[in-house]
Amino acid sequence: MTLSTYFMEATYLIASILFVFALKGMSHPETARRGMFLAEGGMLAAIIGTLIGVHIVTWTWIIAGLTIGSIIGAWMAIWVPMTAMPQRTALSHAFGALAAALVGVGEFAVKAHEMPGVTRSALGFEVMLGALTTTGSLIAAGKLQGVIQGKPVQFKGQNVVNLVVFLAMATFFVIFLAHPEAAAVFYALLGIAFVFGVMLVIPIGSADMPVVMSLLNSYAGLAAAATGFVLGNNVLIIAGTLDGFSGFILSVLMCKAMNRSITNVLFGGFGAVIAESTSNIGGVMREIALDDAAMQLAFASRVIFVPGYGLATAQAQHAVRELAELLEDRGVTVKYAIHPVAGRMPGHMNVLLAEANVPYSSLYEMEQINPEFPSTDVAVVIGANDVVNPDARDNPKSLIAGMPILEVDRAKSVIVLKRGQGRGFSGLENPLFFKSCTSMLYGDAKSTLAHLAQAVQHV
Amino acid sequence: MNPAVLIASIYVFALAAFLGYQVISRVPPLLHTPLMSATNAISGISLIGSLVLAGAAHYPTFAHILGFVAVTTATINVVGGFGITDRMLKMFGDRKAKSGKAVAK
Repeated sequence: MTLSTYFMEATYLIASILFVFALKGMSHPETARRGMFLAEGGMLAAIIGTLIGVHIVTWTWIIAGLTIGSIIGAWMAIWVPMTAMPQRTALSHAFGALAAALVGVGEFAVKAHEMPGVTRSALGFEVMLGALTTTGSLIAAGKLQGVIQGKPVQFKGQNVVNLVVFLAMATFFVIFLAHPEAAAVFYALLGIAFVFGVMLVIPIGSADMPVVMSLLNSYAGLAAAATGFVLGNNVLIIAGTLDGFSGFILSVLMCKAMNRSITNVLFGGFGAVIAESTSNIGGVMREIALDDAAMQLAFASRVIFVPGYGLATAQAQHAVRELAELLEDRGVTVKYAIHPVAGRMPGHMNVLLAEANVPYSSLYEMEQINPEFPSTDVAVVIGANDVVNPDARDNPKSLIAGMPILEVDRAKSVIVLKRGQGRGFSGLENPLFFKSCTSMLYGDAKSTLAHLAQAVQHV
Repeated sequence: MNPAVLIASIYVFALAAFLGYQVISRVPPLLHTPLMSATNAISGISLIGSLVLAGAAHYPTFAHILGFVAVTTATINVVGGFGITDRMLKMFGDRKAKSGKAVAK
C-alpha cells in the first residue's frame, strides 16, 4: 500500500464516522442542520481521498460528470417546490440506483473473468437492485407528478406475470453465477431487472406511495452497499447500509400507520377493488355557514387543525397558518395533528407546514395528540378523509379496519373543510361526516380558510 | 475477494445495520422527509465507485463513458440531496426567531 492509499482509506473512515454523526443529529430539528454539514464534509473528504488515492489517468470524464451533475443537482435543490418533494426524492433514488447499476456494468465489462464467486453474487445483487430501483423510482416519480396515471394499473393474472418475471430474473442470476463469462446472461439479467422495476410499481396507487418511496429508498441504499462488496470498499458498505436500513424502518412505520403488510401494499392494488364492500350509512351531512364556523373558532379555547393531502393540493398551507395566528392572537390554543401518512412521503406534511412558517413545536404526532381531542372545542379537518375515518376503529368489517386514526370525532365539535360531497381518495364512506357533532364547510380549502380568517377578524 | 476480506465486509455490514437501526429509530416523524433525502444523498457515495470507473487506469474508454454517466447521476444525487435537505432543515430551524418576533409584535 502506498501513502496515498492510506490517505484514501483514512478519508473513508472519517466519512463513515461523519455520516453516522449526521444521522444522529437528525434526532432533533435543532441539531439536524449541523449534522448535515458533517455529512457534506464527509462526502467531500471521500471524493478528494478517492481522486488522490486512485491512479487517475483521464480527468475529462470526471470533471465533465461532476460539473453537469452539480449543475442539475443544484438546480433541483433550489427550484423544486416542497409539494413536489416526493417526486424529486423518487427521481433522486433513480439517479443513485442508476449510478450503482452502471458501476456494476463497468466492473463486469472489465473484471468479470477474474472475479471470485462471492464478488459475482454481490455484483448480481448490485445490478439487479440498481436496475429495478431505477425504473421503479421513475414510475413512482411519474405517478406522483401525474405524468402517469396515479390509479393502480392492473390486469388479470398480474401477480402471475410478476412472479414469472421475478423467477426469470432469479434464474438469470443463478446462471450468471455459474457462467461469469457469458455477457449475454449478464445483460439479460440487467434488462429483466429494469422490467421488473416497472412491474413492481405500476400496480400501486398514489395513496400508497409513502410505503413505495421508503422501499425504493431502501433498495437504492442496498444497491450502494452491494457496490461496496464488489469493490471491497467499506465506506460504500456503511453508507449504503445506513440508507438501506433507514428506508426499511420508514417502510415498516408507514405500513403500521396504514395497518397493512408490505406484501399487501405491493401485491394488493389497494383502491381498485373497494366499491362493493362499502356500507352506505346514510344520514345527513350538516352544512355550516362560514360566519358560524368563524364564530365557533373565535370563541373556542382549544382548536386542533387536521391537515390532509387535500390541504397541499389546494396550496392552503399559508392560509391555515394565517388563520391559526389570528386565533392565537385571540388567546386560542392552536395545535396541528399530523397523521404519519398525511402526504405522499413520510413526514411530507410536516415539511409543507414548516415551509408555511408553522412553528414545529405546534406540530403533533398522532400518539401525542389523540388524548387531547376530548378536551378540544373545535377540530378542523382540512382535506383529510381516511385518516380521520372512525370506521377504522369501530367497524371491524371496514377495509381500513385497524388503521390508526386521528380521533377527531371525540372533539366537542368538528368542522370538515371539503371540496364537495364526494368520497375521498380511497372511495370509502366516512361516518365522521354524518355525526351530530360534525358540520361541513364546502369549497376550495384555500379561499375558505382566507374567508374564515377575515370573518374571525370581524368577530 | 479473499475469505478474510469477505468476512470483514460482512462484519462491517452487520455492524452498520445495527448502528443504523439504533440511530434512525430515534429520528422523530417530524423529520422523516429530510431524513429520507439525507440518507439518499449519503447513499450517493456510490459516486466514489463511479469516479474510479470514469478515470482510473486499466479501464477502457467504454468504461470511462459509463463512468461519466454514473458520475453525473451520482453527483445529481449528492448535490441535489444535500441541497434540498438543507433547504428543508432551514425551515425547521428558523422557528425560534420567527415565533419570538411574533410574540414581540
